[in-house]
Amino acid sequence: MSKFEVIEFFERPSESNYQLLPFSFDRLDGEKYILTNQAGEYITMDRMYLDKFINKKLSSTSQEYIKLRSRQFLLDETNSIAPELLALKVRTKYSRLSEFTSLHIFVVSLRCEHSCPYCQVSRQSEDKSAFDMSRDVALKSLDMVFRSPAEAVKIEFQGGEPLLNFDLIKFVVAEARRRNIEFKKNLGFVIATNLALVNREILAFCKENDVLISTSLDGPRDLHNHNRPRPGKNSYEKAIEGINLAREILGKYSVSALMTTTEASLSRPIEIIDEYLAHGFNGIFLRSLSPYGFAIKTKTYRAYKTAEWLEFYKKGLDYIIQLNKQGIPFQEYYATTILVKMLTSREPGYVDLMSPSGMGIAAVVYNYDGTVHPSDESRMLAEMGDNTFKMGNVLTDTYEEIFTSEALLNPLEESITKSVPMCHECAFEPYCGSEPVYHHALHGDFVARKAESDFCSKNMAIFKLLISLMEEDPFVKSLFMRWANKT
Amino acid sequence: MIKLHSKLSLLAGENVDLGFLTITHDVNLPRSLAERSALISSDVDGIPDYFGCLLRPKGVLAGNKSTPQFLLPEDLMHLSEGDIVKIASDTLNLRVLYRRQSHQNSILLTERCNHYCLMCSQPPKNIDDSYLLDETKELVKRIPSDTHEIGFTGGEPTLYGDGFIDLIRLTKSYLPSTAIHVLSNGRAFQDIEFCRKYAAIDHHDVMVGIPIYSDDPVLHDYIVQSKGAFNETVRGILNLKSLGQRVEIRVVIHKQNAHKLVDLAEFIARNLLFVDHVALMGLEIIGFTRANMDKLWIDQFEYKDELSRAANHLKNNGMNVSIYNHQLCLVNPDIHFAYKKSISDWKNEYVDECKSCLKLNECGGFFSSAVQNRYSDNLKAFKN
Repeated sequence: MSKFEVIEFFERPSESNYQLLPFSFDRLDGEKYILTNQAGEYITMDRMYLDKFINKKLSSTSQEYIKLRSRQFLLDETNSIAPELLALKVRTKYSRLSEFTSLHIFVVSLRCEHSCPYCQVSRQSEDKSAFDMSRDVALKSLDMVFRSPAEAVKIEFQGGEPLLNFDLIKFVVAEARRRNIEFKKNLGFVIATNLALVNREILAFCKENDVLISTSLDGPRDLHNHNRPRPGKNSYEKAIEGINLAREILGKYSVSALMTTTEASLSRPIEIIDEYLAHGFNGIFLRSLSPYGFAIKTKTYRAYKTAEWLEFYKKGLDYIIQLNKQGIPFQEYYATTILVKMLTSREPGYVDLMSPSGMGIAAVVYNYDGTVHPSDESRMLAEMGDNTFKMGNVLTDTYEEIFTSEALLNPLEESITKSVPMCHECAFEPYCGSEPVYHHALHGDFVARKAESDFCSKNMAIFKLLISLMEEDPFVKSLFMRWANKT
Repeated sequence: MIKLHSKLSLLAGENVDLGFLTITHDVNLPRSLAERSALISSDVDGIPDYFGCLLRPKGVLAGNKSTPQFLLPEDLMHLSEGDIVKIASDTLNLRVLYRRQSHQNSILLTERCNHYCLMCSQPPKNIDDSYLLDETKELVKRIPSDTHEIGFTGGEPTLYGDGFIDLIRLTKSYLPSTAIHVLSNGRAFQDIEFCRKYAAIDHHDVMVGIPIYSDDPVLHDYIVQSKGAFNETVRGILNLKSLGQRVEIRVVIHKQNAHKLVDLAEFIARNLLFVDHVALMGLEIIGFTRANMDKLWIDQFEYKDELSRAANHLKNNGMNVSIYNHQLCLVNPDIHFAYKKSISDWKNEYVDECKSCLKLNECGGFFSSAVQNRYSDNLKAFKN
């Protein structure tokens, strides 16, 4: 039997040194630092090791070295495969770009019987012709939808309250299905509705055509009704009734709910989550209010609110983790979106956290009047008189003109975080995105100084929170891994 | 433990090369089939003279003396209808090449290897044993076409290069509905041209089982005793998967890597998520392992928590994971989703401590080699 070599024989030759592969780092807290590679994998380590690593003084037999090598932060003679693995993961992450626009939002009516104070767009009007999408606009919008190279296309009906123009929804669904016989796309439909006007007939149509329902549930009765006033003061009752009826007819998982955090919500995260539990939801999206109207007017108020919202979010997330420890499975979907980016090589496709931004190229909005906008927020800006992002109009412009308009391409180009000042060197860049519409609305340019951006401070805080939670508690790490992988 | 080879003694007739023989107990077999069969029978009279050979359990001679007759030794009494054997004309060694009743027929293609693993169960030899490949090509023509799965193992089967490709192609032709499982270190597949030839066979159900022992390339290379092995193996896996081929990662767990299992699981989930199966396997105390016990032996009880975390991490990432060659009383209950009774029937045994155990039927038991050499000090029979 021939001799076996000792492990030192297989080490990197001692006369050579290692190369750094691209990575970023930031202080997590105290002496603890976080390092992220290009594919979004992270390592936490003490400052002392980080210094040694960067100065190429880290011993090749140390645990830190072995971990950094295994996760492709460094290259030496023993891991020539590293660049290939890294490239594969980065390619996977960006593969979604070739799909182009998959979410197509049809604003079928601006009219709404609710008068929520945080809504920037709805109109209290009986005048159908002024604020409803016409069949002509719908047909021209469908032309655009079917020009998209995306294999999977989702058409989402929004408002106002889209059910106020249900006839048009029926028309669009039938026409899209007819055209899809030829295009053979994976075609889906969603109606984003407050459910106040829903009935069995509407739901029977949804059932027949595989249309999903997305609704709003802001929390307990008093909070929901406070946030969402309507004649009769019964928005909550209508929503719950509608959710139950929709579940009965469409099936439990065809109905989802979204909440919006208002000032009145901030002190009540646990009650809000309990409300979702009570109605059998498996998770909640703790969503901050898009601050367009208020924030522009009162800047100090805005800064205060972000800190408060983070407190709200943290309390909610802690409670959700506690629920899971008690054996009650429940998810927080904003965390899940970020965890997919942290713990896998997949890109969840959440428009605000994409680089380049998902505006126009992941989702697009066809407004009732034929104007095309790259996001919901940008059409709200347009309703407030700011047309910076208006890509064109389906009645007058071609697909090429709309999707290569300066109004889209300019902000897109400035939304690539790898080339944005401060973003490009940020440890959290692989998890983040840039929101040109938000920054334009609040700071007057697409990029803004990140130190002044609430978008930046809010997301940075959440990134750090999620990583700290995972580092501190193996249960949380395992839980988050399941969220990220839907397992 | 079932013996798969044994020396025979010639009772009568001439000792000639008989080729492959199918075991039968049916004296009335049509002549065309009987000529290629070995008849197990104790009858003295009424045996036609056209059987390939006779295997005599009690050593009593049959009436016709022209057919070669061998004494069937005790350790080959397990031979049953449909098994395929070969008797070496010079040494009279009978090898069982295919067992009809087994779901785990594994065929050794070579003893040569470009690895020299610390725990190799089949220590490599630097010899020309290419007759094994030729023999296997003949064997696959004889194996019944309703066979569920066959395995090709080594040594390193891909060292044959195109010869290996030819064998897989031939097997597909003769056994079109049989699954194939290949044990390989995967390095040959780093050559994309070789990989393309393999993929072009377009077999409906072939899987390559490839070992990765650590996410640390130095440790992996040390365990397999070959510099650069890690990079080539991983590149091989990437190539196979890029061409849509099925790959299983096989991790033998021992003292060198047991406490680093979680790092390996994280590496696999992050970098090789697309492999079809991950097998986490207990050590077999055989071959080189016996010479390297000081470097390799670890009680399964000592790494049960790491095993749990690794298996659950893979599961949480949506991967298929199995735990092989472990005893049920030495793993945590949270990995039962992956726990498999895996030890080949001819190697599987239990020990005295197991006699009173209530879960014996659910337990994978031991390799016979473990029973003979070393097993855990922490066995604990399940009681009421």
